[in-house]
Amino acid sequence: MSSRANISCLQEAKRVAIFGGTHGNEMSGIMLVNMWIENAAEIERNRLVTKPFISNPRAVEKCTRYINTDLNRAFTSENLSAPDVEGLPYEVRRAKEINQMFGPKGSSDAYDVIFDLHNTTSNMGSTLILESSTDLFNLQMVHYIKKAMAPHTCSVLLNEHPQLKYSTTRSVAKHPIGLEVGPQPQGVLRSNVFESMRTILKHALDFIELFNSGVEFPPCTVEVFRVQERMDYPRDTNGNITAMVHPHLQDCDWEPLNQGDPMFLTFDGRTILYEGASTVYPTFINEAAYYEKQQAFMTTCREILAANAIRKAFK
Amino acid sequence: MASAFLPALGRLAVCGGTHGNELSGVYLVQEMERQRKEKGDDAWPIPVTTVLSNPRAVKECRRYIDTDMNRCFNRATLSSPTTDSSQYEVHRAQELNNQLGLKGSADAIDMICDLHNTTSNMGLTLIHYTTSDWVNLHICKYLQTKITKVPVRVLVLDVPISDAYSLESVSKHGFSIEVGPQPHGVVRADIYFIMKEAVDMTIDWIHKFNSGTVFEGGDMEAFKFIKSIDYPRNPETLTLTAAIHPQLQDRDFCLLKRGDPLFLSFSGETVKYEEEEPLHPFFINECAYYEKGIAFHLAKKLTLTIPTVQVQKH
Repeated sequence: MSSRANISCLQEAKRVAIFGGTHGNEMSGIMLVNMWIENAAEIERNRLVTKPFISNPRAVEKCTRYINTDLNRAFTSENLSAPDVEGLPYEVRRAKEINQMFGPKGSSDAYDVIFDLHNTTSNMGSTLILESSTDLFNLQMVHYIKKAMAPHTCSVLLNEHPQLKYSTTRSVAKHPIGLEVGPQPQGVLRSNVFESMRTILKHALDFIELFNSGVEFPPCTVEVFRVQERMDYPRDTNGNITAMVHPHLQDCDWEPLNQGDPMFLTFDGRTILYEGASTVYPTFINEAAYYEKQQAFMTTCREILAANAIRKAFK
Repeated sequence: MASAFLPALGRLAVCGGTHGNELSGVYLVQEMERQRKEKGDDAWPIPVTTVLSNPRAVKECRRYIDTDMNRCFNRATLSSPTTDSSQYEVHRAQELNNQLGLKGSADAIDMICDLHNTTSNMGLTLIHYTTSDWVNLHICKYLQTKITKVPVRVLVLDVPISDAYSLESVSKHGFSIEVGPQPHGVVRADIYFIMKEAVDMTIDWIHKFNSGTVFEGGDMEAFKFIKSIDYPRNPETLTLTAAIHPQLQDRDFCLLKRGDPLFLSFSGETVKYEEEEPLHPFFINECAYYEKGIAFHLAKKLTLTIPTVQVQKH
């Protein structure tokens, strides 16, 4: 059988959007998108149209994560089909607007790619977030980006978990990609974090340009960290946290956590150990926004995903 | 060296959550309240009052509800008439002044330690208004010898107490304990325990002082606030056009000399320090200062000479 049978032919990715300010206090994306709205030269390519877009402008104006509810959890089918009534939370109305402009989610009219720019207080470095282990276009794109960024590390987080997966802003597109760069405090702009995110996007757009021009990308493998479990802080009966992430775990995103390793430290100095049977790779360790979502960190397991060769389908 | 004989210190107030999202102080005050429930007033060798300064802001994990409470303790705000529609923090500042003050009176509490965090890489910084409060300066000197995990620095604002606007100015000898770097809304174990040690050592000093220990004077280094520098901004929209330069980021209290990089613009240009006088930047890239138009403050390094102190005997 000819090797041509193992090449996946995919639709051209002509319509690309870059979202900043999905959370109004995650500054890299906000500043990048505002810069590109004013002068788009850097993000222009010949074979695609790139739209920079501020997803949650009211939250950006107040430099707060959200006004009524987290926009990045709001793109459920229930919300997207909710009737326009008074009293609808701001972010639900906004989700419907975004779905109109860049979707509808799940339809053939939806944007091809959306990059959603985020920062985290966790020491995650540069992270690319995928929602599907079978999206070949996305797998090849993250492979390209990782190679281009080397020796700077880009980790890949895969959230395909049936319960922990959530309805993101970017999920409106056919190929959603989350960019998460940290550590950076909310409301703060760090130059190194800003420039890392800018460079990731440059490589991503270069990939799409090459793909749209007919370049064939050979089969590849991508190491990903697959979301397993959400670990909350120990709490008292009133729901207040009774311990902090242990100094041995703090800032150790993507490093192995083994049974018996220190995990939390109580305010009066007692250590709580990780009791899980197998080694996990924690991430989103001590993210500010997740205290209210009952999450101290997420556990992941390492996996190698394989992707077929891809090229643009001929019309 | 001649000793200064100073009155014993009666009571210390430890205040957390003056800014509701600076979490080390919030959790430390809660932990101290838990210890008091468990051990009663014997929890500490001196009388300690614990205060959650801005409970509504703490509940919402925000710096403030209506206005920055740590700017509400000047005389004008403390004496202004309030109604139901007045700003929450103004009400609360007046309540705290009643509880811990009245500011400037003989009834004011002896000492307030106000607990803060910063997103800047300032280690442990002790902040107060004057260069002549020997009690405060001796506590700083004591903390510098006892705490070695992080740099311990002294910052003086040189503002007359009558103009002072922050919470600790309500007491007779007040200072702020500022620990960073920590993102707002996050509690880091390492930062929490540095703050706890600073509070524990402050209590320790007061107890030793009250018990008659002689604390030797001498020279100590302090940083005095000179002025603030804002970010480069677009003149029409006022949005930032540059970020703190990577070579300045996290280098609080370094020496800035003419020609050193300050900002890196989004278009790749470096903005440099143009002044003749070398100064020390601090509060570099503090989140809460963007809205105040401050990228960093600049300070001059001083040597202060403090006398030996011991407690006045009756």
